[in-house]
Amino acid sequence: MPLTTDQKAEAYRRMYTVRQFENAGVQNIKRGNIAGVCHSSIGQEASSVGACMALAPDDYLIGTHRSHGHLIGKGANINRLMAELMGKETGVCKGRGGEMHIADASVGALSTSGIVGGGIPLALGAALSAFVKGDGKVALGFFGDGASNQGVFYESMNMAAVWGLPMIFLCENNSVAAVTSAENTHAERDIAKRAEAHGIPNIIVDGQDVEAVFDATSEAVARARGGEGPSLVETKTHRFDSHAAGLFFGDHRSEEEMRRVKEEQDPVVNLRQALKDSGLDEGKIADIEAGVDAAIKEAVEFGLSSPYPDAERYSDYMFATPVRANYQDLR
Amino acid sequence: MVEMKSISYLQAVTEAQREEMLANPDVVIMGEDLALYESDPSYLQGANNKQVWHTPISECGFTGMGVGAAMAGLRPIVNLTIASFVYLASDPIINQAGKLHYMTGGQIKIPAVFRAFYLHQGSNAAQHSDRPHPMFMAQPGLKIIAPSTPSDMKGLLKTAIRDDDPVLLFEDAVLWAKKGDVPDTDEHLIPLGVADIKRPGTDVTIVTISSCLYHGLKAAEKLEKEGISAEVIDPRTLAPLDFDTILESVAKTGRLVVVDNANRTLSAASEIAANVSENGFDSLKKPIQRVTTPDVHIPFSPALEEQFYPNADKIVAAVKRII
Repeated sequence: MPLTTDQKAEAYRRMYTVRQFENAGVQNIKRGNIAGVCHSSIGQEASSVGACMALAPDDYLIGTHRSHGHLIGKGANINRLMAELMGKETGVCKGRGGEMHIADASVGALSTSGIVGGGIPLALGAALSAFVKGDGKVALGFFGDGASNQGVFYESMNMAAVWGLPMIFLCENNSVAAVTSAENTHAERDIAKRAEAHGIPNIIVDGQDVEAVFDATSEAVARARGGEGPSLVETKTHRFDSHAAGLFFGDHRSEEEMRRVKEEQDPVVNLRQALKDSGLDEGKIADIEAGVDAAIKEAVEFGLSSPYPDAERYSDYMFATPVRANYQDLR
Repeated sequence: MVEMKSISYLQAVTEAQREEMLANPDVVIMGEDLALYESDPSYLQGANNKQVWHTPISECGFTGMGVGAAMAGLRPIVNLTIASFVYLASDPIINQAGKLHYMTGGQIKIPAVFRAFYLHQGSNAAQHSDRPHPMFMAQPGLKIIAPSTPSDMKGLLKTAIRDDDPVLLFEDAVLWAKKGDVPDTDEHLIPLGVADIKRPGTDVTIVTISSCLYHGLKAAEKLEKEGISAEVIDPRTLAPLDFDTILESVAKTGRLVVVDNANRTLSAASEIAANVSENGFDSLKKPIQRVTTPDVHIPFSPALEEQFYPNADKIVAAVKRII
């Protein structure tokens, strides 16, 4: 089912938000306002947003180490996301998780995993919960081509298929680890074929095309919600930046190749053109962009002006029901 | 006045799980060959029972599934069976369950119980006989229980299932058939983090982990005949440890022997000894003694294995070194 013009405009708003959020994150790494690193998802916006737009607000989402776009796609508050990147008390995780471990339970984004593949069985568990409770929710687990080589991916596919759980395996295949090409690590580079062996419906789509991702994921969501079990959607996508800003290494890929990919396959630029081609007024597009730019500026200001956590509160949230405080000893 | 009834340690596990499952549909059980580790598995049967999940042999996968299910509102009991298998599920237990409440700033709760049992003392050799509780005691964010009696088992496990944090349960398979009195009520709950003085005494404190309790009690009887009064304490919860009760006892006795079936290095016994040296040094009349298994793999041959574990004679000898 094609996206309506309104839906496309909304997709563009979210994708442009992801793009500008990531740009702001990288910029604030360089300015020293964000500690650690920033795993930018620039280039993968269509994949993240297209998949999230196929979900209902209370459906479950489990992300990866590169999940800023997933949470924005799911509707998380960007002020609190930016404050989290900056390690502030107003951050969505109160500054305890940081950019690689953001979660926003209020939009169903239960967790993101800094351990590659670690989130896949958690998504399976969320799907199990939906199945047991019969609440009609589905669970979508993002993972990458790297995670597809973890054993737990196969374990999870097997269990999802055996029990027909309402799960969507959403593989964002950007074909590169931190620096190592999938050419060197994957005997079979189409991850979808691995689902085939488990009898799981699967599809490969152009991850730079938000409509294609939305369509495929919507079908998978409909199957899951309809009691027809899990599906796998593989989006062939491109990570434009290096593994993470602020790291001790850069990009090992060919500059020429990356320049070509960025020129030809920029999902944000291409969707903007498609919106114009479908008759959306340039002024309306500019309005969307101005709104997002203002929101990003506000998010950065919110983060910068927010307080850091009180150093004495370092052991808060260790337990939901603390028993005693031995672990608080700082000596 | 609640009546008492005599049940086995394994019956205590089954009763705790069955009662909590009946009381709350969110309590689900998942794991391998589930029926084998119950005193009466009949409650696990029944078509379309959405509370029971017989999993494939995929420890990392089904443990991660349990963690995810807990994050999404269920209260799973994940049966990893033999404790040596828990290593395969280290990522979901340590990196996910133990950390996500903290890392999400308190947004996410993980009310899951992970069951595992020590299959030592039976010629099961090194890959089936581990007592790995110390590894997990070193991971913040996990609660760990290691009950030694049917009453403690039932009361602590029921509390663990109702607790909102991840709890590891280490069962001692040598105790499965052991009987003991348990209050005959569905509300028998024992708080986590509270040690139990199993036998009062004045001359030496013997702290025992899990089934070592029975060696400690036997040693105390032997010592009594020689005029030595031993106080025997079972921490029952290994994380967090109830150091207050132990320190209070050592303040009285001035002597401490810690007994643990784990390998000696960085055992629960080591942690208890370290804490008492740090915070109770002035009370000590003599050095603390540890009675543990050596830092050697559990051998297959009974001729080699039998001598490995703490027993009453080793505890008596340890006490005599410091009396």
